[in-house]
Amino acid sequence: MLRFVLRRLALTVPVLLGLSILLFLWLRALPGDPARALLGQRATPESIANVTRLYGFDEPLYEQYFSYIGALLQGNFGSSTQTGEPVTAMFRQGFPATFELAVCALLFAVLLGIPLGYYAARRHGTPLDSLTVGASLLGVVIPVFFLAYLLKLVFAIGIEPLDGLGVFPTAGRQNPRIGATHPTGFYILDGLLTREWDAAWDAFLHLVLPAVALGTIPLAIIVRITRAAVLDVTGEDFVRTAEAKGLTSSTISRRHVLRNALLPVVTTVGLQAGLLLSGAVLTETVFAINGLGSKLFSAITLLDYPVLQGFILAIALMYALINLTVDVLYGVIDPRVRVS
Amino acid sequence: MHRSRSIRAAALLGAAALALAGCADSDREDASGGGTEGEGSSGAEGGTFVFAASADPVSLDPAFASDGETFRVARQMFEGLVGTEPGTADPAPLLATEWEGSDDGLSYTFTLRDDVTFHDGEPFNAEAVCANFDRWYNWTGLLQSENISYYYNSLFRGFADTDPQGIYESCTADEETSATITLTQPFAGFVQAMSLPAFSMQSPAAMEQYDADNVSGTEDDVRFSEYATAHPTGTGPFQFESWERGQQVTLVPYEEYWGDQAKVDEVVVRTISDGNARRQALQNGEIDGYDLVAPGDISSLEDAGFQIENRPPFNILYLGMNQAVPELKDIRVRQAIAHAIDKDAVISQSLPEGSEVATQFIPETVSGYADDVTTYDYDPERAKSLLAEAGASDLTLQFNYPTGVSRPYMPTPEETFVAIRSQLEAVGITVTPVADQWNPNYLDKIQGTPDHGLHLLGWTGDYNDTDNFLGVFFGKASPEWGFDNAELFGALTEARGLPTRDEQTPAYEDINREVMDFLPGVPIAHPVPSLAFAPEVEGFQTSPVQDEVWNAVTVSE
Repeated sequence: MLRFVLRRLALTVPVLLGLSILLFLWLRALPGDPARALLGQRATPESIANVTRLYGFDEPLYEQYFSYIGALLQGNFGSSTQTGEPVTAMFRQGFPATFELAVCALLFAVLLGIPLGYYAARRHGTPLDSLTVGASLLGVVIPVFFLAYLLKLVFAIGIEPLDGLGVFPTAGRQNPRIGATHPTGFYILDGLLTREWDAAWDAFLHLVLPAVALGTIPLAIIVRITRAAVLDVTGEDFVRTAEAKGLTSSTISRRHVLRNALLPVVTTVGLQAGLLLSGAVLTETVFAINGLGSKLFSAITLLDYPVLQGFILAIALMYALINLTVDVLYGVIDPRVRVS
Repeated sequence: MHRSRSIRAAALLGAAALALAGCADSDREDASGGGTEGEGSSGAEGGTFVFAASADPVSLDPAFASDGETFRVARQMFEGLVGTEPGTADPAPLLATEWEGSDDGLSYTFTLRDDVTFHDGEPFNAEAVCANFDRWYNWTGLLQSENISYYYNSLFRGFADTDPQGIYESCTADEETSATITLTQPFAGFVQAMSLPAFSMQSPAAMEQYDADNVSGTEDDVRFSEYATAHPTGTGPFQFESWERGQQVTLVPYEEYWGDQAKVDEVVVRTISDGNARRQALQNGEIDGYDLVAPGDISSLEDAGFQIENRPPFNILYLGMNQAVPELKDIRVRQAIAHAIDKDAVISQSLPEGSEVATQFIPETVSGYADDVTTYDYDPERAKSLLAEAGASDLTLQFNYPTGVSRPYMPTPEETFVAIRSQLEAVGITVTPVADQWNPNYLDKIQGTPDHGLHLLGWTGDYNDTDNFLGVFFGKASPEWGFDNAELFGALTEARGLPTRDEQTPAYEDINREVMDFLPGVPIAHPVPSLAFAPEVEGFQTSPVQDEVWNAVTVSE
């Protein structure tokens, strides 16, 4: 097992290196002059030339790449050309918001999706099943942006005649008037650590709508995958055998059906967890959460190379780690995988 | 077996949660303690004023900034030698009670207030003034980059180790409360320029302690110093409390402020980049006010009982006509386009209510505004005959406009484009729309290449200086306009070099007349920028140049 994990970790190194080269070239192939992006409307030909020279945008690409990768190997990701803030600090500062959001969205999707899919399958052909299938189809096709906006309109702002439903906040991560303490940057955790219960509760309320908006697509997919997998397993011989042996139906469900059906579900959850990071861009914009997503978005529009490179590499690394975790989990769930 | 394992896990989790809870200290008591103290000593009304900004400040040191969001925060903490008369762009005493320029326009003596201290307790005096001027002049390396020190670069045009060294010569502390700045060339806008937040007075002691100019300078790795990120120290009514990047800046009143004490206990500037999200946060009571209200939101906000405050417009929205396009080189075609545009209709279709029609490239409040420039009234028939005369009845033109941007002078460029396009088509001009993302693509194309026809652009003035409008647009040949008019360029260079305002004003009036005869573009409007506030907010004084300090703001709960 340890050897497997180490080998997989070693494999991510060439992957990340390749990605860094591609990313480096791709970003510089984007239209637009980075010096102009820095200067905006006030740019003059002289100031553009001056900034280009000072920032070294005119040096040969390979030289720029080697100086970048050289610094990177010493753990220096550079700093934002826009704000001068170190990329690592920006990442650390945006990460808690996005992590909280992604975890809540994933919890929402998993904790609701697996039971829903399971019961839909167990009551195959009933109206509950059809309803779940229909609703999950709707969940897959609805754009995150639209859903986020809709949720906000109904459950935060409140529209006639459902004014009473507008109980959630519309923007941000916490009400600044609460004056909460933030030792870690994870606001819910901060509230618990410092026993500022109201602050934790307020942070949680701020997360509800964004998490639902972001978690809806994964939820719908998880429901469908779980349902299909459970249906599949229910028809297997070993389930019939278990039934014939006279095991109680709850034991069959837990030990035989669910456990076997979980394999494809875990794969899906792993993939979705990675996708949540990209979905977060839109959700963060609508709910004014200044996490990794919104930082990435503004970095793209302003051609902030160091931020884009650093963030995308870090996200790729996280993605790789999540998938590694999923592979390890296979072994835990299914002893057959462990052997090979 | 299974059950016992899950019970064990639950127990472990519970124990962990218990262990975690209370393992970090809440610093809440301190915060509220500070607040009540402020209330006691100053008789303040108290409460927190929460304002939503569209972006984070770039840094907390205004000397390194040229953007409105950095300045918004800086105005609360810092003050310059010169301020502005409330509600206007005219200079007014601030840290200097009076000033006198020499006849040759080469030196200015400022008399300083004697009752001012910086937030770190250090006195504000002539030495502090000179320390600030010398600091700017002696910047090296990356600090000379225009994206960092834009204003010093563009107004003083050089540094101690550059050639030329620019127009700053020296600063002398004549007495404790009198400082003289000497220039190498006359600069009539000097006093006005001192009202820019970029030239705020900062505590020399704090700048030294926190290494203000240590922008660690490898080329692709600019970082601001500890001073600029955590210890900004000025003389303003508010002092710095905390900055949570990407989230909010928190300021508290400075108890020893020389002027009117702040009335609220705390100011929070939250970053909410999306315009809709700002509006909704206000509607939901999460913030007390925000800037850059979309024109389409104004009436619904007003109906719901929110206050809308308009800034006197200090900007210009224009339609540029690129003379690198052969047809547009013909003055008759340019005149035809000017006559084809119904500015009132453009305003009612795409700009906020109260926006004024523009007759020239500067707003009326800027000196040098001429009442008698040539105007081009809306007259589609005239436009058609002018086009026929120029042999351009069958004219096809590229029309460039930006997307994904909202500027005070151009809140909804797409809608403005639609309005003008239909007017041009009404006189028989075929329009080929070309849309680009604002920065850098659109700006790159318009300001850096000849590849455009008609385009929408504008400008918001930084301070009351005509050159800040006309010089920026027409100071020299540029790909934006595609013409080479030595007479105009010469007149602008000459006007800029005149030593006093009184001499400049008639020169700029002449230039405005000349520009409107030459007609490089069509000035469309001076759009009114709007702010929105909750009903409880009082005492917010708007300013055309955004010199808005919040010490008079109250929020009744």
